[in-house]
Amino acid sequence: MHRRSLLAGAAALGFAAPAAVRAQARTEIQFWHAMPGVLGEIVAEQVKRFNDSQASVTVVPSFKGSYTDAMTGAIAAWRAGNPPHIVQVFEVGTATMMSAGPAIRPVHELLAQSGVALDPKRYLAGVRGYYSDTQGRLISMPHNSSSAIMWINLDAFEKAGLSTTDLPKTWKQIRAAAEKIKAANAAPVAVTTSWPTWVMFEQMAAMHDVPFATLSNGFEGLGAELRLTSPLFVKQVEYLLALQKDGMFRYGGRDNAADGLFVSGEAAVSFMSSSLRARVGKEAKFKWASVPLPYHDDVIATPKNGVLGGASLWTLTSKTRTPAEYKGVAEFFRSISDVDQDLWWHKATGYVPITLAAYEKAKAEGYYTQNPGADAAILQLSRAEPTPNSAGFRLGGMVEIRNIIQEELEKALQGQQGATAALESANRRGNVVLRNFERANKA
Amino acid sequence: MDRKVVFNQKLLPYLLLLPQMAITLVFFFWPAGQAVWFAFLRQDAFGIRTTFVGFENFTDLFADPLYLDTIRNTAVFSTGVTILALAVALLLAVLADRQIRGATGYRTLLIWPYAIAPAIAAVLWIFLFHPSIGLIGRALNDAGLPFDYKLNGNQAMLVVILASAWKQVSYNFIFFLAGLQSIPKAVLEAAAIDGARATRRFWTIIFPLLSPTTFFLLVVNLVYAFFDTFGVIDALTKGGPAKATETLIYRAYVDGRVNLDLGSSSAQSVVLMIVVILLTAIQFRYVERRVHY
Amino acid sequence: MSNAVSTTEAPAIERQTGAWVTHAILGIGVILFALPLWIVLMGSTHDAATIGRGEVPLLPGAHALENYRAAWTQGGTGVGVGWMLWNSMVIALSIAIGKIAISIISAYAVVFFRFPGRRLFFWAIFITLMLPVEVRIFPTFKVVSDLGLVNTYAGLIIPVIASATATLLFRQFFLTIPDEFVEAAKMDGAGPLRFFWDVVLPLSRTNMAALFVILFVYGWNQYLWPLLVATSADVETVVIGMVKMIGSESNTEWNIVMATCVLAMLPPVLVVMLMQRWFVKGLTDTEK
Repeated sequence: MHRRSLLAGAAALGFAAPAAVRAQARTEIQFWHAMPGVLGEIVAEQVKRFNDSQASVTVVPSFKGSYTDAMTGAIAAWRAGNPPHIVQVFEVGTATMMSAGPAIRPVHELLAQSGVALDPKRYLAGVRGYYSDTQGRLISMPHNSSSAIMWINLDAFEKAGLSTTDLPKTWKQIRAAAEKIKAANAAPVAVTTSWPTWVMFEQMAAMHDVPFATLSNGFEGLGAELRLTSPLFVKQVEYLLALQKDGMFRYGGRDNAADGLFVSGEAAVSFMSSSLRARVGKEAKFKWASVPLPYHDDVIATPKNGVLGGASLWTLTSKTRTPAEYKGVAEFFRSISDVDQDLWWHKATGYVPITLAAYEKAKAEGYYTQNPGADAAILQLSRAEPTPNSAGFRLGGMVEIRNIIQEELEKALQGQQGATAALESANRRGNVVLRNFERANKA
Repeated sequence: MDRKVVFNQKLLPYLLLLPQMAITLVFFFWPAGQAVWFAFLRQDAFGIRTTFVGFENFTDLFADPLYLDTIRNTAVFSTGVTILALAVALLLAVLADRQIRGATGYRTLLIWPYAIAPAIAAVLWIFLFHPSIGLIGRALNDAGLPFDYKLNGNQAMLVVILASAWKQVSYNFIFFLAGLQSIPKAVLEAAAIDGARATRRFWTIIFPLLSPTTFFLLVVNLVYAFFDTFGVIDALTKGGPAKATETLIYRAYVDGRVNLDLGSSSAQSVVLMIVVILLTAIQFRYVERRVHY
Repeated sequence: MSNAVSTTEAPAIERQTGAWVTHAILGIGVILFALPLWIVLMGSTHDAATIGRGEVPLLPGAHALENYRAAWTQGGTGVGVGWMLWNSMVIALSIAIGKIAISIISAYAVVFFRFPGRRLFFWAIFITLMLPVEVRIFPTFKVVSDLGLVNTYAGLIIPVIASATATLLFRQFFLTIPDEFVEAAKMDGAGPLRFFWDVVLPLSRTNMAALFVILFVYGWNQYLWPLLVATSADVETVVIGMVKMIGSESNTEWNIVMATCVLAMLPPVLVVMLMQRWFVKGLTDTEK
């Protein structure tokens, strides 16, 4: 009973997990993603379209669980010397991936080496900015991008005697509408939100052109510090606390836990990802509208662009990679940047198109007049030239920082602390995370 | 404790020990050693840059007020689970033991939660306490008592304690019942003739006789609350809201896997190792005593 | 099991009321314990809308068949529960049988032989009691990933297959086997392997059955280790798969989750109930 014989025995009994059968002639590209259910099927279709379009490369998509699972799994695999060629990483993992140096191959390098030409200008500005370095060179490949937008239950608005065409644009108007909804008992919950940090902090900072962190939100270096105690965030948190105190706001949990509150018709107003369009369309038993997020008109007259969410594709290196494999990855990237592919992806998933041309084409086809609100996220992402405060976030440990903000917000909503205390505490704790990341990633 | 008569083969015993030793070395001693080593390093997520930082991971840890909160949470949680699981099990076991015919029947009816995975126990309790789809959670809210374990830290703690204790009662019950049934009948009859009242009789005679079982279960329950409840917490609250239900093991997991901070996570593992070694040492002393008596 | 605390001098009527109260309290205990299970069992026979609206059903509904069929074939994330159950079964059985096999031979070596390093080996095994896989989880994961065993059955099984508890139990038991048995075997000219096969193994049957129940439940219910090692649907266990179904909570089909929940707990509950006699004996013996 040697260990080796034990292992061999295990393998003989079929204990080893089914391994993908290697195609002989075609180069095989492993692609790990985190898109469950229907979205996963659309990714499979996206890959199939590429595989069928040419004869030399086969991309093999595999679903690896949540975004965190896919990313940590890929990192572990890289450390063990056996990473996938492509991994889908959510936007908040961007800084971690960018500082991974030898582990990743930036998209601009990959394209140049493979002789595949893709003009960075073809991608939507808001999308491009998030995944580029300070010189404007693309580091990872935009894939599925969304933005947070406001979702309104029009039946509840009607019941409360509110206009269903002239919808609220500012937080003041939201509050006024919420008061009427409550008074008329038009919905059990007047206002809720998904993604508390993304909506109430990241989006608000970008739209009001206020820094979330120094050094252009971290784009200019690892030394960035959070600026969570600034008046805008105090105003925002106090706004939510007051709304909650008066019984017009229900906290629905972290991340997207509150999605269900809107879809089920319980909440009259919610702030959720634009990628929920398909689900809302299918499940909501009421009339609804999706419009850009509200802003504080006493802080900024015309809001800037919002920031994106979603994920991009990263190319991982390995000692055993051949140029043909890298070229295969580059070809796949070219395929998903193709206008018609992108247009199909946009319509099928509800994610925003990644290329300008696909957006123009959808507009020309009249897609947005037939599907009002489907362009809310695109408009919000591209309504202004991005400023250093609205280009995106490049902060190490962003996943942890998001959770810290959610935690401190939860404590404030429980009545354990006021807005200022919550923000000071989040700021302090978040900066510890940034400093740890800086120390661990200094060359 | 050794046998007098043994076989004399020289090579065979080594061959027989080989599988266990090989697995223990590769998957136990090597990683445990690495955990200790990593605790003194700082590494980026990919392991590209590594610095030796001495005890910094430990000093950072104990300087972090949130880690101290986590220790406090773990203490509250473990005490709650242990006391609740032991008390309920003892009560049920004493009652079941009184029913000469019913005892094994009740054992059958109470034994099955032992087979339920902690994570599944958590899901069962979601259906009781979820504020909008749970039986009790919804009833409380409808009655005007705001109940939402996703927002209220104390309520979250209560729910994870209840779910964890629920699962552990059957284990404790089995032991208490066995312990009670092994108490000699003569002792009880003597006490009864003395005319001692039932409750008094229980605390002065039966409970002291059960104390070895109780002590053993105390340690087992603490270890259970420390480690095996990971699934309950992950499925029910993910350590939230606002870290209110984050235990030591859960934080080590989050720092290692989600926050990708291997150094801090390893330092926390080392702290946990010390805790388990202490608990095992206590248990072993007790086992030792029992063996000699 | 012949004694009873209630052998008092009290009048028969009082004793009867006492018994009645005892049964009542025990009955309430049993019901409280079974309540969560009952809710899930009933919930799994209703449609998603009923549960989503928060009308917790306490009586069976009409959708049992379709819920269980949906769970069995599609599950939550595209992998059918049928496949996950198969994975869990393979893993739990391998862990239980593997642990028993490995432990019994190493206990045999430690007890029935005298050889240099025996004490060292014994302590090396004993010390593993002190460090559950949870506290050395990431380095262990790294070893498994270095060996290329991530997302394989081998990676899920082998690292947790060495068991100090089982080895110690077998050791305790072997020490009680009378010396005469060994002497008789030696006189018959039977070697140690023959003795193991003909005498020790048959004598250990009850212990093995008891351990099987404990280890099967342990293997089936594992959580943290598979959570790290099995990230691919191919090797997903049913416990992890079910928790992933409630993942974001926002889009959960609770009726399917409930059906999966029932399927996920059925095998270990059956094993414990059917093998109860050995299991109780094994538990109380192991820890003494």
